[in-house]
Amino acid sequence: MASYQTSEFRSGLKFLLDGDPYTIVENEFVKPGKGQAFNRVRIRNLKNGRVVDKTFKSGESVEAADVVETDMQYLYSDGEFWHFMNPSSFEQYAADATAVGDSVKWLKEEDICLVTLWNNSPLLVSAPNFVELKIVETDPGLRGDTAQGGVKPARLETGASVRVPLFLEEGEIIKVDTRNGEYVSRVKE
Amino acid sequence: MTTQTSWHPTASVEVLRLRAGMLARTRAFFERRQVMEVETPVLSAAGTTDVNIHSLSTRVAGQPGSLYLHTSPEFPMKRLLAAGSGDIYQIARVFRDGESGRRHNPEFTMLEYYRLGMDHHRLMDEVQELMGELLGDGAEPLQCQRLTYREAFMQAVGLDPMVAGRQDLLDALARHQVELPGEPLTDAQLSDLLMGTLVSPGLGRDQPCFVYDFPEDQAALARIRPGNPPVAERFELFYRGMELANGFHELCDADEQRQRFARDNLVRQESGLPTVPADENMLQALEQGLPACAGVAIGFDRLVMLAAGADQLSDVLAFAIMRA
Repeated sequence: MASYQTSEFRSGLKFLLDGDPYTIVENEFVKPGKGQAFNRVRIRNLKNGRVVDKTFKSGESVEAADVVETDMQYLYSDGEFWHFMNPSSFEQYAADATAVGDSVKWLKEEDICLVTLWNNSPLLVSAPNFVELKIVETDPGLRGDTAQGGVKPARLETGASVRVPLFLEEGEIIKVDTRNGEYVSRVKE
Repeated sequence: MTTQTSWHPTASVEVLRLRAGMLARTRAFFERRQVMEVETPVLSAAGTTDVNIHSLSTRVAGQPGSLYLHTSPEFPMKRLLAAGSGDIYQIARVFRDGESGRRHNPEFTMLEYYRLGMDHHRLMDEVQELMGELLGDGAEPLQCQRLTYREAFMQAVGLDPMVAGRQDLLDALARHQVELPGEPLTDAQLSDLLMGTLVSPGLGRDQPCFVYDFPEDQAALARIRPGNPPVAERFELFYRGMELANGFHELCDADEQRQRFARDNLVRQESGLPTVPADENMLQALEQGLPACAGVAIGFDRLVMLAAGADQLSDVLAFAIMRA
């Protein structure tokens, strides 16, 4: 198994700690001029997203985590698993509810998502930053109210609920920023 | 992982101009004091035995064995002092393996200088003047704070480092939520961790701060002043939490120096590190007689960082290691 020395530590490096995969968020090299050197790192657990601080004696090594991030096309859900396909190898992967997490409400078939694979199985699914989704349920549009800037709730085809301007109608397609769940614009078909 | 290549400097041209000006002012400072600039070899058959400093080495055709790249020019400079050079300074590129980070680059510029007849307190006075010259506002003299190593620890973590036992060190780290590494640490390493994470970051917040009179086991190349407890006549300078300089009232006793080198190599052996041949030339020079003196090494790049308001070393190096 490959390993990393503390001298290779940098943001984004992925390694195993107590059996879990972690990514380095921040790495600080601490060394009193004539003293022992340490690496103080802030790391994120890729399974649960928790961020913790750790200290390493410089020169220690850690086991590399076989973690890769790949763009994949979302195919369908069978209720238990969400299926993705690597568009270049056509290999398919099944992600469970934990891996899909909150991204589930933005997943639309054929959209390209960033899938993090750990030991070749999906660990985390990130929805695209922007998605275009159809409004399936909202109060009737109020014409002539575009300048007011009022908002109303709307349910989208994937089940997500977002706040949209009053003038939008059911059946219209909107662009949403998945990172904050906010409406961006109307999409003309 | 993708490797980014770029021919661009890591420092801006404005910062490089500031750096050049600081180099010129440093040389003028020593010129006024009649301290001679010297150059000594980067390559040496002997290296530093210091357990926490790792040398790079290379081979040269026609030379037996490998040669170490110096981690500091102190040994050949002491040979010059023993040969009667008088006061000397050097601005040298030095090399340390494994030191890379926001405030570290494996090669960096060290300003090293020696003053005959001075002890560490008089040398601190002069370093304060140099700091004023390079970092002051020019209006009024820069004043530095002075704390003993003991006072610095007491203030930061409420612990007397001269009497603290292993459990006290562990308690202090736990109290301040400093995670311990997986590998076991010696008492000296625990105290380095405290110094690096809790004590030094708070030193010299508003004005530069000298820390002096170190524990005996951190003497390095400093004289030890007998007492209860005995202390090493060593000082360090901190400003805005950053270590800038390390100075000694220099040890002149060849036998004592030989013992310290041997002890270092013993610790190296125990911790699985390569042993390093002690510098016999330097020891011979000490035997011949090193004039009583004090010396200091100053991290020049970090001074430029402070003057430029930069928060990483690469901002003041024309080409930091990732673009070297």
